[in-house]
Amino acid sequence: MQPLSELARSLCAGDDASTVRLTRAAIDAGTPPEIILSDGLIAGMKVIGEQFRRHEVFLPAVLLAARAMHRGMELLRPLLAAAEVSGQGTVVLGTVRGDVHDIGKNLVAIMLEGAGYEVVDLGHDVPAERFVEAVEQSGARVVGLSALLTTTMSAMADVIAELTRHGLREPGTGSGQAGVRVLVGGAPLNAEIARSLGADAYCPDASSAAASVASLLEE
Amino acid sequence: MRPRIDLLGPELTDLIIAEAVGLLGSVGVAIEDEQTLELLASHGAVSHRSRSNGAGTDPGPCRVRLGEELIQRTLATAPPGFQLFDLAGVPAYAVDGSTTSFVPASAATRLLDQNEARPPRTADLIACARLVEQLPGLAAQSTAMVPADVPELVSDSWRLYLSLLHCTKPVVTGAFSLEGLGVIEALLEAARGDAEALRSHPLAVLTCCPTSPLGWSRTSSRTLIRCARRGIPVEIVAMPLAGFIAPVTLTGTLVQQTAETLAGLVIHQLAAPGAPLLWGTAAAIFDIRYETAPIGAVETMMMACGSARIGQKLGLPTQAYIALSDAKLLDAQAGLETSMGATLAVLAGIDSVSGPGMLDLINCFSLEKLVLDHEICCMAGRIGRGLEPTDDQPVQPLIEELLEQRHLLIADHTLRNIATEINLPGSTIDRASRERWLADGAQTLGHRAHAEAQRLLQHAPPLAVPWAEALSDRRRELDRIMLEAARAAGAEHLPETGTGAAACSP
Repeated sequence: MQPLSELARSLCAGDDASTVRLTRAAIDAGTPPEIILSDGLIAGMKVIGEQFRRHEVFLPAVLLAARAMHRGMELLRPLLAAAEVSGQGTVVLGTVRGDVHDIGKNLVAIMLEGAGYEVVDLGHDVPAERFVEAVEQSGARVVGLSALLTTTMSAMADVIAELTRHGLREPGTGSGQAGVRVLVGGAPLNAEIARSLGADAYCPDASSAAASVASLLEE
Repeated sequence: MRPRIDLLGPELTDLIIAEAVGLLGSVGVAIEDEQTLELLASHGAVSHRSRSNGAGTDPGPCRVRLGEELIQRTLATAPPGFQLFDLAGVPAYAVDGSTTSFVPASAATRLLDQNEARPPRTADLIACARLVEQLPGLAAQSTAMVPADVPELVSDSWRLYLSLLHCTKPVVTGAFSLEGLGVIEALLEAARGDAEALRSHPLAVLTCCPTSPLGWSRTSSRTLIRCARRGIPVEIVAMPLAGFIAPVTLTGTLVQQTAETLAGLVIHQLAAPGAPLLWGTAAAIFDIRYETAPIGAVETMMMACGSARIGQKLGLPTQAYIALSDAKLLDAQAGLETSMGATLAVLAGIDSVSGPGMLDLINCFSLEKLVLDHEICCMAGRIGRGLEPTDDQPVQPLIEELLEQRHLLIADHTLRNIATEINLPGSTIDRASRERWLADGAQTLGHRAHAEAQRLLQHAPPLAVPWAEALSDRRRELDRIMLEAARAAGAEHLPETGTGAAACSP
């Protein structure tokens, strides 16, 4: 059997055919699915994510790797479910009410999916109540809010208030202990504005999204 | 379709050519060199000797009238283009009207170092050659600076020697004297292997300049003749200055420049019919406020475009000094003049552009500007390829794929076309979000260009042509030729060549 490092390399190269072949070979060799996931697929995504963060590769390379990961996951997912192994986590994403710009939010979704997160993408012009519903339905521990306009970024505070009003920000809610954490991003924001809105983190660009979510989940 | 501009139009182009031909038949051209005079006379050119200044006893140069028949005959033998080859003998680029190739400008006497202009040294020339090797948007290297740390007599050949050691691309160069030309010829033959190989696989272009108004010096005309006979391509680069030593009108100056260049072409083609040459120009305006010849002036650029149109009409490959700047630093003026020039050069269909890296009235070279200009050249080159339909029409299937996938970032169509359709500049060009720009240190253009130049120099791969291995015999011959020339010039010590070889210590 090829070592899982080979699988990680094929994923980094965006070679989905090799990724499928090596994933199947690892399964056939009796490697536990959670090990194939962590030491092969996620390990490869971490490498490409780091290269992307250092601007050594560009977005398409990450997406090709993500596509390869998706192909590998198609083989692993039933085995992981049978073994009751949970994934990286779920993130609810959306552009807030009044704002129809979603390119940045879409990039963040792509990056998070590539990093192994389940993404519930609510689209654009999303009312605060819809975020609450999605968190309650998915058990997500992170909500990502996007806004392009200075006139709409105040709606982010509305979403945070709505999550708080439903008690979802309290420890022990959602699927984790720390309560739902909120990540915000978009052209008019910076870290200071994010804090003033009551957000837990500010995400300056798509490349830092996965690291920001991971950091929030570790808190 | 390659987009084109024509600043002259067909009628004015024909008029300028006709007037230049008439000028050569009536006023003629001043020739200093006896050998050149004999060559011209043997083909029917009529000469008469005039006093150089009307008062002295110096007989002055001979003025030779070139008839239209002679001009047309030599134009007919001049080739419409030619191919240049790299050090390994692999085709590098062609000058044949198909594309615009960018080459660093030549012969600066200063280098911009930390915003201070100082005399260039051997190490600077080595750095320049190593940078050019790594910048794919530059088709050739040039002997960009005149080194101040070697005797003047070998400063032309020494810079070529360094270029050959540190860059495999063809080289645009020139001789400062006939003695220097001899060394340059020998170096080129040694680098290629022998004279026949150099003729069949040209490695260099030599710049030959008439003396405005309407004159050819002994060194320049002899260089034309010797290069023609050896098959070494030349570029004929006249520099009439509009309003000073040429008519103030741009078309008037173009008539003079055309006559000066045609005279060079006649000498060149009579020496060796069919020998390769470029129809070049460095015609410029004269700025009466500063008594300078601004090569970055918009009128200078317009004359470069006009000259190219004339060369094209004559069926010749073209060259111009354009895509450079008169600014003293890497500032907005440097960017605007270089960008405008590069864009115009591409649109005018100039085959060989001498410009990148140069500042300050062709006096000061900058490695940082070379890195920036490389980006400008790539952008201008992209304009030159134009807007073309690819395999995406009708677009409907792509739109359907977009709606289904939400993006086309990794669609087969994107992966197939992105590299040719979209020019991705290097780190010198800022396209980051403000947040990322701030996070990266809020670097200015100067900082970024300097960092990129340093990165390229620090991570320069070994040359694709290993002098120490496959070409070791040629390398020894190069060293011998250079050493001998340096000794003859009285050099007591030569700088390190950066190749680890102890070849040069006279």
